[in-house]
Amino acid sequence: MIANLPFIAVALLIGIAFAMILLKRNMIKMIMGLGILEGAVNLFLVSLGYREDGIAPIFTSAPADPTMVMPTVQALTLTNIVIGVATTALMLVFVMLIYKKYGTVNANEMRRLKE
Amino acid sequence: MNADVLLANLPALLIAVPLFGAFMTPVFGRFLPKIRDAWVILASFAASAVALLLAAQVYAKGAVVYVFGAAPGTGAVPVDSGGIPIRILFNIDGFGAFMLVSAAIVSFAVILYLTVSQSRRSSRSEFYALYLLLVAGVFGMVSTGDMFNFFVFLEINSLAASALIAYHRNGGLAAEGALKYLIVNTVGGLMILFAIGLLYAQYNSLNMAVIASSLSLTTLNLLALVLFIAGLATKAGAVPFHFATPDAYSVAPSGVTALMIVASQAGLYGMFRILFSVYGGVFTSATVGWIVIVLGVLSMFIGVTMAIPQKDIKRLLSYHAVSQTGYMLLGVGVALAVLGDVTLTNAFGQMAMEGGLFHIINHAMYKGLLFLAVGAVIYRTGVWNLNEMGGLGHKMKWTMIFFLIGALAIAGIPPFNGFASKLMIYESTFAFNPAIAIIAMVVSILTLASFMKVFHSVFMGPELPEYAGVREVPKRMLAGMAILAVFVIAFGLVPDLVVDTLITPAADALLHQGQYILSVLGGGL
Repeated sequence: MIANLPFIAVALLIGIAFAMILLKRNMIKMIMGLGILEGAVNLFLVSLGYREDGIAPIFTSAPADPTMVMPTVQALTLTNIVIGVATTALMLVFVMLIYKKYGTVNANEMRRLKE
Repeated sequence: MNADVLLANLPALLIAVPLFGAFMTPVFGRFLPKIRDAWVILASFAASAVALLLAAQVYAKGAVVYVFGAAPGTGAVPVDSGGIPIRILFNIDGFGAFMLVSAAIVSFAVILYLTVSQSRRSSRSEFYALYLLLVAGVFGMVSTGDMFNFFVFLEINSLAASALIAYHRNGGLAAEGALKYLIVNTVGGLMILFAIGLLYAQYNSLNMAVIASSLSLTTLNLLALVLFIAGLATKAGAVPFHFATPDAYSVAPSGVTALMIVASQAGLYGMFRILFSVYGGVFTSATVGWIVIVLGVLSMFIGVTMAIPQKDIKRLLSYHAVSQTGYMLLGVGVALAVLGDVTLTNAFGQMAMEGGLFHIINHAMYKGLLFLAVGAVIYRTGVWNLNEMGGLGHKMKWTMIFFLIGALAIAGIPPFNGFASKLMIYESTFAFNPAIAIIAMVVSILTLASFMKVFHSVFMGPELPEYAGVREVPKRMLAGMAILAVFVIAFGLVPDLVVDTLITPAADALLHQGQYILSVLGGGL
């Protein structure tokens, strides 16, 4: 049960994130929802890589009988954090442009593209 | 450095050349603005040349497996790794090579066009840099053999595309389209990453071939498959994830939209790669095939019915793009539904697959051509609304001819390329389920009707006084359109030759999952 806690947290976070993305009309809040979704996926990846008493595969100063864990998921998570920063920044720039032109960040009030 | 070294490292150059071109473009723009455009065209040409050379290598000698950071000649699996390929590798087989050919041709034709059509805009260096980044993203997506690597290139693709959409602001509309596109694609991308995590947790590898070799049909893997299909269908712009596609395509500069067609097809590539090369061996029923078929039929039908009433010419073309994506899904879905059955696959499955794949390259050519021709009209008139256009055929003869070629091809009129691939889809689908083939034909007739309306209202009729000053677009824009038009006609005139040289290796690569696994793992594991 305790070992599964991170995964329960992941499920909860994904639920909150989708609720925010689908239900919120304020675009800033939608982007926050995307940030939570990204955090949930990152948490999922990192929890996958956790092994009890596992250490990074660095052979100098390793104990006698080590459990070494490939840090692949940590590398994936780092990459995804970087991608997430770029994505969030770009989305916020778009919202700024929209706010300058339309004077609103409400998704319902900016439907000039819909016909 | 001699030619052999370059030829042996083509897969690395495939990414390095467009990236180098992209990051050097602002430098040229700053210090040598006079030759900046020439540099961009040269970089795009070099990237396309690398892609075509690599594709030629694949067609001549079979799949190319390139392991980054390994000494040449060593296999994909290091001896001391316990049977796991640790390194990132590119695995370009017939299907990847086919996508490279399509992307290489379109990206070069479009940059010729863009360097002129953007010439009245400001700060173009970064625009071209983003363009080359998008090309790098597409090339990477269709060549990689590593799932996480695929995700990274997918994100490069989405980010560069959305930045390009919003580059010219157009009174807030462009930012609105770009924001929708980016939100939808980010959610799709995170779904894919979650699915990758699910597979990694079970098989300790990110390599597609390794996962494919030990995959079984468990609930977790089905969940991963659903997430993959949803995420990649979002990228490809298929129904029911199509809502951002028309918004984004219609506000982007026309040349960019032409390349975004290819970028979205890279999502389609990912979907087919996952379905056939990774999951292909475990399907025991036709259910997943039917899901893809239903997605395809819905895309075809909803796309075309939404397209017909549109007044904005680019929005109309965008809905047709959704509709044409449906044909590709339909063809490949039929092949997937009969995947395990050798007799049915030989009877019509292979042909359906080849029709669907042939339609990918055909759509890239004629839809690119249509967007470029429409962009040329907008370049000269500044008008999007169909009702305000008219009589432009008198002044823009070449643009009219190119638009007509594209319109006839998308409607499936012989002797253009759209007819060749649609005929293959009709024939094979009719053998599978006649009702679906009839829907496909009805959609094609609706497409024809829609394009006749557009052609008539843009180019036909008397000359309008407000367009008295309109002239033909510059030669370099026409050259970009001409390249695509030549392929539209050539593929339509000799479809058998194209199918034999380009399409059959691609279909074989997808249908024979064992070969894909073997090409990476060798005899081992």
